[in-house]
Amino acid sequence: MPRTLVQKILSEKSGIDARAGHIIVVPVDIAFVQDGTGPLTITQFEACSFDRLANPLTSIIFLDHAAPSASRELSNDHNRLREFAKRNGAQLFEIGDGISHQIIAESYANPGEIIIGADSHTGMAGALGAFATGMGSTDVAIALCLGKSWLRVPESFEVIINGHLSKGVCAKDIALYLIGHLGADGATYKALEFCGDGIAHMRMSERLTIASMAVEAGAKAGLFPSDEITHSYLEHYGRGQKYRPLEPEPGASYERVVRIDATRLEPMVAKPHSVDNTALVRELEDMKVQQVFIGTCSNGRLEDLAVATEILRGRQRHPDTRFIVAPASRQVLSEAIHAGYIRSLVDAGAVIAPPGCAACLGVHHGVLGDGEVCLSTANRNFKGRMGNPEAFIYLASPATAAATAVAGCIADPREMM
Amino acid sequence: MLKGKAFKFGDNISTDLISPGRYFHLRSDLPELAKHAMEDADPSFTSKIKPGDFIVAGKDFGLGSSREHAPLVIKMSGVSAVLAKSVARIFFRNAFNIGLPVLICDTDKINDGDELEIDLEAGTIKNLSTGAELTIGKIPEVMLKILNEGGLVPYIKKYGDFRL
Repeated sequence: MPRTLVQKILSEKSGIDARAGHIIVVPVDIAFVQDGTGPLTITQFEACSFDRLANPLTSIIFLDHAAPSASRELSNDHNRLREFAKRNGAQLFEIGDGISHQIIAESYANPGEIIIGADSHTGMAGALGAFATGMGSTDVAIALCLGKSWLRVPESFEVIINGHLSKGVCAKDIALYLIGHLGADGATYKALEFCGDGIAHMRMSERLTIASMAVEAGAKAGLFPSDEITHSYLEHYGRGQKYRPLEPEPGASYERVVRIDATRLEPMVAKPHSVDNTALVRELEDMKVQQVFIGTCSNGRLEDLAVATEILRGRQRHPDTRFIVAPASRQVLSEAIHAGYIRSLVDAGAVIAPPGCAACLGVHHGVLGDGEVCLSTANRNFKGRMGNPEAFIYLASPATAAATAVAGCIADPREMM
Repeated sequence: MLKGKAFKFGDNISTDLISPGRYFHLRSDLPELAKHAMEDADPSFTSKIKPGDFIVAGKDFGLGSSREHAPLVIKMSGVSAVLAKSVARIFFRNAFNIGLPVLICDTDKINDGDELEIDLEAGTIKNLSTGAELTIGKIPEVMLKILNEGGLVPYIKKYGDFRL
């Protein structure tokens, strides 16, 4: 029987004919933690009396969640992670280097690999045709030492995206539409496999946005085929030789098929307090917003800053709306400076936060006040997510975010482009 | 055999409600972090829960972050098992890895405060308050083995590898 993309990768890696429902052990190509999950990983690693890493060059520690540190306790956690990396030969990315998932995409992930990260958005690397999934601290501790993990082979949903997005509509709108359609638990334990003529010309930055959101429908992974777009992305980051084409076998069977006509999509938002609570931007215009945040693994890339700049050039943020921008990595920041985007954003009234998770998870760099509304390009809007359970988070594309920063209320970007 | 009282919650209890991100700095001080277990779902949770009690929830319990601190603070607060209609995948895996059983069942048949008796071996839940009997959804063998050893660390210490 023809295999899905996931079954193809997992069969190759496990050495058996991996079918949905099988429990298999697979070698792990890349294992990583961040500063929120890493300290517990070290505790578990030491509790197992482990003293070596299976693959030091692809065992990675990212200091991105509290970067720079927001407290004495977190500084001590960071030092513990730095010492662990030094002692065991793990790779360490410092504060300001960027978000784990962005650096994994820029510098590590390759088609057909298995990537396990102690962070729920690890699935983002599925944009490069890798099987990437989030796990907890203990699973990653074991993977770091043994170089393997166990998995249940998931059933896959085929998500067929056809057509072009119209101007002002972004990949984020596809992701929000999909999650609204499936529900926050609609794909729990499943893998999403994206295909269709709409992805053939989709930039890698857009694929990364969509893959980063798969977990918000409960999915274990979200994968794109590896094609010429993957090839040129890998070449751009100096590892074109790692490219291999990869797609599902023709006739593979899917548990469910979802069709999205991109040409018909409009700017969308996810309303508080769940990602599947979606609506059209035009249904929410006039909702006042105290803070706009552009950044995160979902939408902190150069292309996201470019679309925001296009809207904000020659305009100013609304006087009652704070505007925070956090590039996803040092490389994104550097390129954005070079392209003049940072200058335009600063001139428009933006605060530039250091590359990292920034305001996304409520530790620092933009914690909300009681009753405040934030429109964010992050992937999650749960109650309390941005540090205050009395605040309200709306999720949207970087274009909608930029238009909202200008208008001071949720605004349709198509009217400013 | 597990015995205790049901603490009922609704659908979609996220990891942010279970262990809020604003206590991020306490993650290396687990006893302190555990004082805030379930705080944004029920601020009085830790003062009411007694050792052995159960969290009983609706669908998609534990959605969101991969923070293993979420099942850890639940376990440290004395909860002996989480019962839900469905559970998010990373939370499910993390809970077994730290020795906290998560059982899938029809939680509509359980009211807040009901006394429950759970037989993990037999896969049954007896609601002593209503007389209802519930069955537990099938748990993969590997996860049961991990749970039986008290979590993934003791499992790996014993076997040195995954035994499927």
